[in-house]
Amino acid sequence: MNTELTDSPPTTPALILPTRPFFWSVRRELWENRSLYMGPLIAAGVVLFGFGITAYRLPRLRANALALESVRQQAAIETPYDIAAMMIMFTAFIVGIFYCLDALHGERRDRSILFWKSLPVSDLTSVLAKAIVPLAILPLLTFVIVFATHLIMLLVSTAVLLPSGMAGTTWQLLPWPRLLSILLYGLVTAVLWEAPVYAWLLLVSSWARRATFLWAVLPWLAISAIEKLVFDTTYFIRMVSSRLTGGFEQGFVVVRYPRDAHVPVVDRFTELDPLKFLSSPGLWIGLLIAAAFLAGAVYFRRSRGPL
Amino acid sequence: MACIEARGLRKAFGPTIALDGVNLRVEEGRILGLIGPNGAGKSTALNSILGLTPFEGELRVLGRNPWTERDQLMRDVCFIADVAVLPRWMRVSQLLDYVAGVHPRFDRAKAEGFLARTEIKRTSKIRQLSKGMVAQLHLAVVMAIDARLLVLDEPTLGLDLLFRKQFYDSLLNDYFDRTRTIVVTTHQVEEIQNVITDLMFINHGRIVLECSMEQFERRYAELMVHPDHLAAAQALKPLHTRQLFGRSILLFENVDRPQLAALGDVRTPGIADLFVAIMGDKASEPPPASSGSSRTTASQEGVSK
Repeated sequence: MNTELTDSPPTTPALILPTRPFFWSVRRELWENRSLYMGPLIAAGVVLFGFGITAYRLPRLRANALALESVRQQAAIETPYDIAAMMIMFTAFIVGIFYCLDALHGERRDRSILFWKSLPVSDLTSVLAKAIVPLAILPLLTFVIVFATHLIMLLVSTAVLLPSGMAGTTWQLLPWPRLLSILLYGLVTAVLWEAPVYAWLLLVSSWARRATFLWAVLPWLAISAIEKLVFDTTYFIRMVSSRLTGGFEQGFVVVRYPRDAHVPVVDRFTELDPLKFLSSPGLWIGLLIAAAFLAGAVYFRRSRGPL
Repeated sequence: MACIEARGLRKAFGPTIALDGVNLRVEEGRILGLIGPNGAGKSTALNSILGLTPFEGELRVLGRNPWTERDQLMRDVCFIADVAVLPRWMRVSQLLDYVAGVHPRFDRAKAEGFLARTEIKRTSKIRQLSKGMVAQLHLAVVMAIDARLLVLDEPTLGLDLLFRKQFYDSLLNDYFDRTRTIVVTTHQVEEIQNVITDLMFINHGRIVLECSMEQFERRYAELMVHPDHLAAAQALKPLHTRQLFGRSILLFENVDRPQLAALGDVRTPGIADLFVAIMGDKASEPPPASSGSSRTTASQEGVSK
């Protein structure tokens, strides 16, 4: 029967690679959700604005910083760059959460799912195209935007410091390539560690009829509350919060400095610990759970109609 | 090969039975009008055919199981669910790019050609278009896809008269080529009377009438009876009687036209009139068993044609 279908001339399909629907589905997500890049870009804009209006103080600050001992010297110069990266990463994280909550819910709410499903794109492809956004596209965008922001900051500070002859000190003392490598590593480890969070949000988005945010959050709080009441322990809530914020601790050797030490948290390559990260069972269990959640999202994408 | 073939198609939502053992066969190259009151099971039937919902019983669309093979099936099947499903945030150009990207049988030049006849701008967002323009856009996209089955679920709902007329005109002139199959549901039955080749009434999840339009014209006659002959006409057991301008209009099934012509003016009834005659009185109760047997003969005739 099927061969009969493909044999008749008007129905012979043009050769279409299986990756093509996936590629176009991802593009579609970026068309629809401009917040994915506008959010981090606005964060970068805010950082640059703040950096810009304090630029007049830079020569004085730099002169003070250069008078410090070398470790703190570097920390003082590096801090604005760390803040910029953190701000942009945090914004991307928030944007990713809200993207996931809406990704499979919005298309059912506005009934456009009936249009998407009228095209030869499988539910698996659709869900994977949505999952790849927080898992790969957003980290990549974050990296590029942080890179560009740092570059602008470097150029501004060079220009401002040029008259006082300290322009070279930023380039000498700021470990920029190292910062970027650490950022890249941090982004990869964080996203792998947080994968089950994004997958859970997509699952809720594919299933809930309304109030996706509440459905995403309340079950975990309820389980935690029950655990606290019944066993008087807090394992569950700690596990959840480690998933949300713990990617950093998983991928790095965390050195606790005294509160007033003014030393960046991650400063040296020796603090990167990919072996510890890759050998952590938590990572692999998390990825398995993420896969299960995504399978659930595919199931609901297939069977649930418009709201 | 039949385009759509169902045997014992059944679907229940909890205690509500949406489809109650539907048997149907739609040959390729037909335009089927699927007519039924709200909640009759039309949408469920279409959703099953389109792979949007699981079902019980047997259903093949172009030889495939729609529920398990939706994505492959959609290479050969198009559907317009209703006018409001195109994503409102999308630009017209993005829509064309996307469909060209994912659909192997989409002919972009053809779609551009259809759009050139309208006032739709490529740069517009869909939310900026009027309802009629969205329908034009969706139709332009669908007509540029070389599909074998097109399913239209209330495609002209909410459109004004001009757009509705234009919609079916384009469909017949630019799209339908007697090898493609079209299934259309609508409550605006009068406007598809001259479009469809086959007619199906569905009620309470069952098919209560199935015939080709040739059979429809042969089988049903409407008599505007001369007042003197009213009793004679009533004796011929009309399906339905209504009053218009003080005169009785009787709808007959399988009564010779010459015989009727002696009693008044005879014409082919509108689908709407037959619909009211068959559904009007019984909308609240399940169809009687007799309609089941007439259905069987009708579908057998349909197959033999």
